[in-house]
Amino acid sequence: MAVKKISKIQPEKFEFSKKNKETADSIIKNYPSGKQQSAVMALLYLAQKQNDNWIPLSAMKYIAKYLDMPYIKVYEVATFYSMYNLTPVGKYFFQVCTTTPCMLRGAYNLVDVCKRKISEEENCLSEDGKTSWLEVECLGACVNAPMLQLNEDYYEDLDPTKLEQIIDKISNDEVPQPGSYRGRLSSEPENTRKTLIGNKNA
Amino acid sequence: MLEDKDRIFQNLYNDFGADLASAKQRGDWRDTKEICGKGREWIINEIKTSELRGRGGAGFPTGLKWSFAPKEVGSRPHYLVINADESEPGTCKDRDILRFEPHKLIEGCLIASYAVNAHKCYIYIRGEYFNEGQKLQTAIDEAYKDGLLGKNSAGTDWELDIYIHYGAGAYICGEETALLESIEGKKGQPRLKPPFPALIGLYGCPTIINNVETISVVPTILRRGGKWFSSLGRPKNTGSKIYCISGNVNNPCNVEEEMGIPLKELIEKHAGGVIGGWDNLKAVIPGGSSMPLLPKETCETIKMDFDACVENKTGLGTAGIVVINKDQDIIKCMARIARFYKHESCGQCTPCREGSGWMWRMLERMAKGEATRDEVDMLLDVTKQIEGHTICAFGEGSSWPVQGLIRNFKDEIIERNKFDPIVKKQKDIPYLVDQHLLEKENA
Repeated sequence: MAVKKISKIQPEKFEFSKKNKETADSIIKNYPSGKQQSAVMALLYLAQKQNDNWIPLSAMKYIAKYLDMPYIKVYEVATFYSMYNLTPVGKYFFQVCTTTPCMLRGAYNLVDVCKRKISEEENCLSEDGKTSWLEVECLGACVNAPMLQLNEDYYEDLDPTKLEQIIDKISNDEVPQPGSYRGRLSSEPENTRKTLIGNKNA
Repeated sequence: MLEDKDRIFQNLYNDFGADLASAKQRGDWRDTKEICGKGREWIINEIKTSELRGRGGAGFPTGLKWSFAPKEVGSRPHYLVINADESEPGTCKDRDILRFEPHKLIEGCLIASYAVNAHKCYIYIRGEYFNEGQKLQTAIDEAYKDGLLGKNSAGTDWELDIYIHYGAGAYICGEETALLESIEGKKGQPRLKPPFPALIGLYGCPTIINNVETISVVPTILRRGGKWFSSLGRPKNTGSKIYCISGNVNNPCNVEEEMGIPLKELIEKHAGGVIGGWDNLKAVIPGGSSMPLLPKETCETIKMDFDACVENKTGLGTAGIVVINKDQDIIKCMARIARFYKHESCGQCTPCREGSGWMWRMLERMAKGEATRDEVDMLLDVTKQIEGHTICAFGEGSSWPVQGLIRNFKDEIIERNKFDPIVKKQKDIPYLVDQHLLEKENA
């Protein structure tokens, strides 16, 4: 269980935008009637998207009312799952996977780049206030290691130089192409494919 | 080696595209109506004949699991839940199925739902797989549009709705009852079993939970026959499996191969060999981080299937093979895995919540050479006190890799940490907190 800190600065009010209200209502319909609490995870995520990538306490209270459930239950969920940010993060949020398969392929070199180019400490905003980074556990793209997640996209097969280029682009507000940075389209072995060869040029 | 025509996931490398038209061209959704027309008994028996075992790690026979669902629907509806919360370090097979072969999964959902009498199916995808989830949603929308889902799905007269539920970064939600808690909108802490989900699961209703890969191979098995599937591999370890080979290999990759393929062949042939040559191999984690590692000698001969792995004191798990070569510090690698478990423990059971942190801190010190000789045995003792003393299998998952390390590399740990405890050298330290360590019986 990771320790999660709640931001000291909290906005007073939170309300879903009209579009998010519609999305929220359609998500609630996915679950049987009376089981609207199931939608809490999706709604928290919506709130996070709407509120610059983090969830204020007012949003939790709002969602509790929205789903007719106790506030503490929403708080419990928000603090349990690691993807909910309870303090402000950068508009561009780098999450570097450093679990063993990535570590074996040099994930800590990527961490060094982040320390140098974004901020010395995890979860601190960079000087221009746009980016922050975090070391996270396995993101499930182990054969494309080392990799990181930037907002919702995976950047795979990285090395320190390529990551530096990505961060440079980001600081100019250009979002670089996600995916493999060694030209792979999937998790096939590079150059030496031994299976499904007949499909290759299909 | 498996022939290309026997590979189930023809689009594993996305040569064709994941859309419905090309999926149909590859044979998906063919005869779905006829398959369901043969009845539930036939489907479950055919899966039993195929000897398909769950691909999510535990290897439970799928046909048997389905037969646990009540035969008739009572007052409570049945649910099918697909576990796509793939977070085991070293594993990334479900991701490729979700993004490149979504129709195999959706068709499998329909057949499985029919077999277990479920009208609703939830697919629980880990939150980080947002893009993969979007791709699956596109495929689901296509299927609805084509009449393959909804009322009278694919002409089977069966009504099925599929919904995606995103997780939010909790490894523990891959445990089936924690996953159910999570869908119910609670924090993902596993439930005590029994009752098993097949009788009391999601919202207290009968629920069958299967891994993505398990469900995705079902349509092909039923089309080609359970006998065909069981002709691959060896008895009780049949069929094909997607292996993920990562770590210190020249070409890390996912590959679908026959069950029981030698580990050496997987590494040498498909993954381009160990970096620095086979002799540079140190150890291999054969089935995702929670399985004990194998030393080089075992790697020479071991065959990759459920029973062969158990014979070698490890497990096939999810078949996420992590190769570690001699350039790496093995203790540090395991310390990092221990940190993973410390981070991901849900905190419900004390042995796991506290023990996973202990193991991590001890291993970190051992990696630096700051531990004492006695602590190696103490660490083993800690793992034994976690294993089997928790609600879910996370306790085993976190302690097995450490046990594997001590079993195979104890000499190396002791070589680095070979000094005596400070209490033995300087018995007169006045501020010694751990006084009890002076008495040998308590140590």
